[in-house]
Amino acid sequence: MSLNYQDRIPNNVELGSNRILQRALEHWQPEFMRWWQDLGPTDFQASDVYLRTAISVDTKGWATFGYVRMPEYRWGIFLADPENDRRIGFGDNLGEPAWQQVPGEHRANLRRLIVTQGDTEPASVEQQRLLGHTAPSLYDLRNLFQVNVEEGRHLWAMVYLLHAYFGRDGREEAEELLERHSGDADKPRILGTFNEPIRDWLSFFMFTYFTDRDGKFQLKCLAESGFDPLSRTCRFMLTEEAHHMFVGDTGISRVIKRCLEVMKELNTDDPVAIRKAGAIDLPTIQKYLNFWFSTSIDLFGGDSSSNAASYFANGLKGRPDEAKFEDHVAAGQAFALELPDGAGGVRTGEIPMRNAMNEVAREAYLKDCEQGMARWNRVIEKFGYSFRMTLPSPRFRRNVGSWAGVPVDTTGKIISREEYNARLSEWLPTDDDRAFVYSRMHGVFEAGKIASWIAPPERGINGLPFEYEYVRLQ
Amino acid sequence: MLNVKEKELITFDVGAGERKHWRLSVDGRVATLAMDVNEEKSLKPGYKLKLNSYDLGVDIELHDALQRIRFEDPEVACVVITSAKERIFCAGANIYMLGTSSHAWKVNFCKFTNETRDGMEDSSRHDGLKFIAALNGTTAGGGYELALACDEILLTDDRSSAVSLPEVPLLGVLPGTGGLTRIVDKRHVRRDLADMFCTNPDGAKADRAKAWGLVDEIAQPAKFPELIKARAQAMVAKSSRPADAKGIKLNPLERKMDEKGIHYKFVDVVFDRAARVAMLTVRAPEGDQPQTVEAIHALGDRWWPLQMARELDDAILLLRTNELDLGLVLIKTTGSADAVLASDAVMLKHRNDWLVRETIGMLRRTFSRLEVTSRSLYAILDPGSCFAGLLFELALATDRSYMLSLPDDDADSPKLALDGINFGVLPTVAGRTRLETRFAGDKEKLAALEKLSGKMLGPAAALAEGLITITPDELDWDDEIRMAIEERTCLSPDALTGMEASLRFPGAETIETKVFGRLSAWQNWVFIRPNSTGEHGALKLFGSGTKPKFNWERV
Repeated sequence: MSLNYQDRIPNNVELGSNRILQRALEHWQPEFMRWWQDLGPTDFQASDVYLRTAISVDTKGWATFGYVRMPEYRWGIFLADPENDRRIGFGDNLGEPAWQQVPGEHRANLRRLIVTQGDTEPASVEQQRLLGHTAPSLYDLRNLFQVNVEEGRHLWAMVYLLHAYFGRDGREEAEELLERHSGDADKPRILGTFNEPIRDWLSFFMFTYFTDRDGKFQLKCLAESGFDPLSRTCRFMLTEEAHHMFVGDTGISRVIKRCLEVMKELNTDDPVAIRKAGAIDLPTIQKYLNFWFSTSIDLFGGDSSSNAASYFANGLKGRPDEAKFEDHVAAGQAFALELPDGAGGVRTGEIPMRNAMNEVAREAYLKDCEQGMARWNRVIEKFGYSFRMTLPSPRFRRNVGSWAGVPVDTTGKIISREEYNARLSEWLPTDDDRAFVYSRMHGVFEAGKIASWIAPPERGINGLPFEYEYVRLQ
Repeated sequence: MLNVKEKELITFDVGAGERKHWRLSVDGRVATLAMDVNEEKSLKPGYKLKLNSYDLGVDIELHDALQRIRFEDPEVACVVITSAKERIFCAGANIYMLGTSSHAWKVNFCKFTNETRDGMEDSSRHDGLKFIAALNGTTAGGGYELALACDEILLTDDRSSAVSLPEVPLLGVLPGTGGLTRIVDKRHVRRDLADMFCTNPDGAKADRAKAWGLVDEIAQPAKFPELIKARAQAMVAKSSRPADAKGIKLNPLERKMDEKGIHYKFVDVVFDRAARVAMLTVRAPEGDQPQTVEAIHALGDRWWPLQMARELDDAILLLRTNELDLGLVLIKTTGSADAVLASDAVMLKHRNDWLVRETIGMLRRTFSRLEVTSRSLYAILDPGSCFAGLLFELALATDRSYMLSLPDDDADSPKLALDGINFGVLPTVAGRTRLETRFAGDKEKLAALEKLSGKMLGPAAALAEGLITITPDELDWDDEIRMAIEERTCLSPDALTGMEASLRFPGAETIETKVFGRLSAWQNWVFIRPNSTGEHGALKLFGSGTKPKFNWERV
């Protein structure tokens, strides 16, 4: 298969003259298309979707809007513009010129980092493939597909790195990224969270808010990498990732707002009445939040991690916004961790700072998550209700790290196993909760209409109104 | 840039008339190599070579003398190794030298001395050159180990001379040149008696030595010369060396050493010190090559297989001894593969000629030397390479091989080829061919490969046959090689040495593999332990009058 590279694959990596990349992509691109047809969004491949396409990295080019059928989407390859004489910004190689090629010494580690990041991108598309059928509006349907095609592009970005810098191994890994499938017991996605199907839109919004935000922080860490092509790739991906979090942030906000409108209308905060009126009650939203938050923070990895220490020491993966830190070597410093003492209490343990890099990133993530809480709570406050959305303690329901398996309530207090099991239904969505939320999911495909459980957005896409026909169903 | 002149380089050359420590005399078919170490002429300052003790310089001369007997005195069928000093044969490796040497020096020293002794057994086994140790006096440690490498050991029975391995009781180290292995594996000394022997610093005098099988024959001093003569004649009778051949002269190697590398006619070594890599290139023969035995003899040491082997052998030794930081050797070949195959055909046709046979022996020992070298080895098969027959054996000796994959009809596409040389002529120290080793003795596979002899195999076929590790194409090649090099050279050199030594010699053990594997590993461990080389270690304190202090913990 021969590709007209300039037109088909917008890029700023000189694809047209790079035979290594062309050869790799000629083989991979048809595989990707087959994957998209088989495991991308179901049944909407023939629809015209009002999508944003990146055709260059400048302010004009990164967001070009227009109708496109998803299989004809122009997945491009973009790296942020190079920085002149960029230096490694942290670790033992601090101040040395950033690597433009993969140093053989770090090939295995860099490949693992890129593959792990890359694996999450198509995974989320697979997780979300059925959601289109129950979209609450064409606006939301379009947002879903925008997220999907951009996750697809992020896959391309990681595959570009594998193809361009890792030789045959890289090509094999790129193929594996399409071989593993979310939820496939034989060939599961690498990270557990990405094997759970997303069946309802509340989960989708939570996923884009909490789980994609983990992605954002991973990208921020990788954007610091001493391997310059990885850094530049991730810096550009971050501009797109911001939109995914916007979808989550405003989505949750709109579900809350709709609930508040119903509460006001009926003058009740009784969940039964609210549910009867078709909205999703605030405690249920809080339960979904608890679930997705606790799942997502596990993605940062163990709180004391030798891998993280070695990635940092070697200049492969930094801290989010590394420039804000004073000491970029971080050798000999200690980090205080609160740990379960094994007897029902908490003790403070010290670990070397470099081993705590996952925790440092997790803390930055927690702060970032709080901003959404503040926004949503302002909406609730404006409606005059005292309910407040809260992030559960990061110790709650952990499967990774020192708190894994420790029975803890949402405030972080260690409780008995019996109490924990008994109260789980207070904190996490029960089967009934999920069945209820799922029962509200019906596709609304008329321009300007919206489902009863969610408020319309305050504005549309690219300056267009909410009523715009963002998806032309065929 | 490193200035070569400022660096103290060791070479392995021994010029004519330069022998300081050995006296070689030839009488008919028997050569006598008498050790007569000049105690003032140590290789490095700081110790005296008393009591016929030896250092690397003494052993370089032994190696050279053996080479000259092989090639310059083909009629010699038996070598009697003895001492020119009275009442002392050899006290072994010089303890003060060992006590003051770096770990790397000790290890390199042991490896070279081991190879020289293995070479004696190799020549006896394959080429009919027999060895008798005539121990005319005290024989300790490395002295007795030298004797153990001979076909027979004769000991003078003067009521005081003894053979011993005093390393454990006196020095807190092991006999490092195969003594422990050979007394049980070669001489079949009962292992409890061996245990007694190896812990007794006085060793065993004639009667007990004979009774335990530590020596073959004993005789009183007056009768000793007669015994030597009789046994030597018996050995001559068993030898397949020619009785009436004329030797060739081994001329000094023409070698240039500069800051870039080591350069010979058929072998070239280029250093990349920043990358810690050496690139070793072997050239195929060029121009008309001799077809007859007469023509080969007329060329002598300029005959390509012999000159190439001598240059390669020297290059390996110099890399090992002088370039400790170059951890990865890339092996390349250049020239005509057809020329190599043609040369091989001549060599195989005349392999019964003594000079051809000795040349094959030299190649066999040289490839073994390469394989027991503690450096990572990659073969690089690129356009213009000629990994055919004898030179493909180089690729088989490496840890992995990279062959550039170009379309098969591309004239530049590298090819490799097998021939008779790859099937039985050049066994490794494990006693098997490299192909047998590679395919775990799979007879069907080996038979199928033998049928491919003489065929030029491109990358696809070579990969399919399992003869090559990886075949990157032209787009991947540069980066793949670069990353493979960088990846390798950042790994722990110690772990690599152990890993490579373990993976290179699968299958049943021989005395040689035990010595290079097991014994060397134990010895290297002992050498870095405080009980030998620590401040209060036995090796460190030997001769000082201070008793060593051991850490009694058994590990």
